[in-house]
Amino acid sequence: MDGMDEIVQEFVIESHENLDQLDRDLVALEQSPGSRELLSSIFRTIHTIKGTSGFLAFGRLESVAHVGENLLSRLRDGVQEMTPGTTDVLLAMVDVIRELLETIERTGAEGEVPVDTVVARVTAVIEGTSESAPTAEPAAEATAPTLVDVAATEKKPARKRAPRAKVATAEVEVEVTAVVAEPVAEVAVEVPTAVAAVAAEAEPGEAPARRSATESSIRVDVDLLDSLMRLVGELVLTRNQVVRSAATQTDVALVRATQRLNLITTELQESVMKTRMQPIDNLWSKLPRVVRDLSNQLGKQVVLEMHGKETELDRTLLEAVKDPLTHLVRNAVDHGVETPEIRTAGGKPATGVLGLKAYHEGGHVVVEVTDDGAGIDPEIIGRIAVKRGLVTTDQLDRMRREEILDLLFRPGFSTAAAVTNVSGRGVGMDVVRTNIEKIGGMVDVESAVGKGTTWRLTIPLTLAIVQALTVECAGERYAIPQVAVHELVSVDTTGPGVEYVAGAPVYRLRGRLLPLVRMDDALGVGGRENTGPIFLAVVQADGRRFGMVVDRVLNTEEIVVKPLSSRLKGAGVYAGATILGDGRVALILDVQALARRTQLAAEAVAAVEAETEAKVEGTATDTVRLLVASVGDRRVAVPLDSVTRLEDFPLSAVEHVGHREVVQYRGEIMPLVRLGRLLGSYDEAPGESLPVVVYSERGRSVALAVDRIVDIIDGNVDARSDLDDSGLIGSAVIQKKVTEMLDVRQAILAADPRFFESADVHVGAEV
Amino acid sequence: MAVRQYATFEVDGQYFGVDVARVQEVFRHHDRTPVPLAPPTVAGLINLRGEVIPAIDVRTRMGLPRRESGDPMNVVVRDGDEVVSLLVDSIGDVSEADDAAVEPPPTTITGPARDMILGAIPQEGRLLLLLDVSRTVDVNQELGREDALA
Repeated sequence: MDGMDEIVQEFVIESHENLDQLDRDLVALEQSPGSRELLSSIFRTIHTIKGTSGFLAFGRLESVAHVGENLLSRLRDGVQEMTPGTTDVLLAMVDVIRELLETIERTGAEGEVPVDTVVARVTAVIEGTSESAPTAEPAAEATAPTLVDVAATEKKPARKRAPRAKVATAEVEVEVTAVVAEPVAEVAVEVPTAVAAVAAEAEPGEAPARRSATESSIRVDVDLLDSLMRLVGELVLTRNQVVRSAATQTDVALVRATQRLNLITTELQESVMKTRMQPIDNLWSKLPRVVRDLSNQLGKQVVLEMHGKETELDRTLLEAVKDPLTHLVRNAVDHGVETPEIRTAGGKPATGVLGLKAYHEGGHVVVEVTDDGAGIDPEIIGRIAVKRGLVTTDQLDRMRREEILDLLFRPGFSTAAAVTNVSGRGVGMDVVRTNIEKIGGMVDVESAVGKGTTWRLTIPLTLAIVQALTVECAGERYAIPQVAVHELVSVDTTGPGVEYVAGAPVYRLRGRLLPLVRMDDALGVGGRENTGPIFLAVVQADGRRFGMVVDRVLNTEEIVVKPLSSRLKGAGVYAGATILGDGRVALILDVQALARRTQLAAEAVAAVEAETEAKVEGTATDTVRLLVASVGDRRVAVPLDSVTRLEDFPLSAVEHVGHREVVQYRGEIMPLVRLGRLLGSYDEAPGESLPVVVYSERGRSVALAVDRIVDIIDGNVDARSDLDDSGLIGSAVIQKKVTEMLDVRQAILAADPRFFESADVHVGAEV
Repeated sequence: MAVRQYATFEVDGQYFGVDVARVQEVFRHHDRTPVPLAPPTVAGLINLRGEVIPAIDVRTRMGLPRRESGDPMNVVVRDGDEVVSLLVDSIGDVSEADDAAVEPPPTTITGPARDMILGAIPQEGRLLLLLDVSRTVDVNQELGREDALA
């Protein structure tokens, strides 16, 4: 069997699985017409078939799938209404696809299966001309009985197939394949749960039997290995327990046996894991052809460079990564690499380079797809996102570059100007992300305009055993999958750090507000006053970053993932459970779900950032938000709306221009004034760094240095006196301490006398 | 007439029975890991020889007062593919009863318990209440959350 045959074989198997799914979806769709979820699912399936058939050069198949996809995309987007006629046509289309696949499987080619009629019918539905009686064309005729079957057996299926996964048992599975009457299928009916048996019996002989055999044998292999893996997981845990108790024993024979058990278990674990591992080349070997065909079709010149082919990945994961990876590669050729003319004009070599790279990193496999193409322009992304209603202009203004690029992963986002045959229908990056996150992985993108784009997939080595961070919260231990954890931060609660904005705690991590979620609050087990340092696990999920406050960080270890009882799914924040070395159960947190729970905090932060960065508009209300800072032994308050930003500069960053102090800030020279000196309190707190309050307007910025940022509060400045002092406009009692109100205007002028020259604006200092 | 065996146990002074065929094993107190955000009836997760199973407190489930002292016993039952431990006050004997002896649940039973009792068997001065395992372990129904989970 040569390489090409193998690809076709896999395609056929995979497509048959897809068609089964499709039939279920279509039938379900008739019950709930207009379900976007179902339509999207059907759409994706057809999209996948189309994509693969395209590069395998099955023209007929592609043309059928293409019109089908067109129709589905109209239905999905609500351009067209779903009618019974539409369902008929869709089913007819699926049947023709099935027929084509069977021919391909038997003969290796598409043969003479007629497709024109079905293409015409679908086109007719799209154009709304007519959808009367199904035509008497051979293909439609052949499929007609099947159609009736589907309709008639919606409620009582002709036959239930052996459940391939427990999830599916609750659903009605309708068998509509042409192999219905074949003996192998009968076996499947008789053996209720053991799909394994079917596989074992079937010999790869004549074509139809082989199909069914290969179809199930792959799944069975993985199932068996799964259970083997599970058993080994148990063994590892038991081993740990034995080793721990043996450590306290003096019996030499026992200790020796334990050591041996230890070694053997480790070896066994590695071996079992290895049986499931396959080099990523198994996936990659198909890509050169994808790239070649696609670049030819688009008139582009692309070379594919691959590094790390031998990197191994769990088979299940390899399967899961296949579609996302293929999509990224197609996308890179379609949208990334420019045409030779544009490249030459831009001073680049006419031939673009598409790089695939795989490597191990911290218990994960990283797969990168890099192109040296046009890159992704955040401005264009932002514009489209606004146009599609994904974000508002306001939100966009406050977004960082990475956040804007992250919009690419939102559902319904597609940058292609025209619908091409290749990509750009809004099916894509969101599906890529969903699929990768489903297996506990991450995907992100980096891009430089004009230089190229790198998509990075971070994938766990295996599903059954994951690297996890164990933390303690309210006396219980929890595991957080390591892939979600970016960093760990220890924060001294007595120092500056945790602030409250709109009641939501935030931490200023390297100048950015990081919403905090107290894990005990999130889980509703709170009620603890923490006086010592607190620990933040900075996690990222759903493209959002937040800090999870935990009581203690315990360990990083490999844990065996146990499924959680369906009775507990309702809690919604756990990805499973695991058994720790001491035999106790620990819950594994679903960071994605927790992220969704943090929505509120994140919105509060966004609101405050908006407020902080807003232009000064003066304050009318009695209650103002004040930034309180300490300067020497005094407390000084500044209206928060006159603050653009808070920064922390190392003392060494302070330079001199003439007699003035300056710092370099965002490529500019920013004058700095130390409030302590301005207010005549010279005992500066010694420290490595200098917290500053930045005030910017019309491109000019000044920095007001303080000793420490104390708090941001809603100041009710009733109790105030006008004990005036140089640089102050009064004082008030805030949080039971006398706090002086800074004359911001004067302070700014002290730093930059010409600050207000261009347009004298009123600074909201009169609180 | 079929004679059935029931594993019996006591909860808040009441006497319950479960078809022995549903019972996998019975054991004493076991370490439990609490599950925050889960329905209150879920008393925690138990490591049962490498499997993680939920423990359901029959008292909470039936709206009975909390157990004041003593560790509960675990009655591990099977419900479909799943294994769940029921936390009860104490374990009794295995009791045999003829199907004909089963009477409808007494009308005096009120509250959430009503739905979980299949029938009652009068025995030497006491009433053996037959517990519907599937309903008892269906903790999501307790919160009326089937829709949210669908």
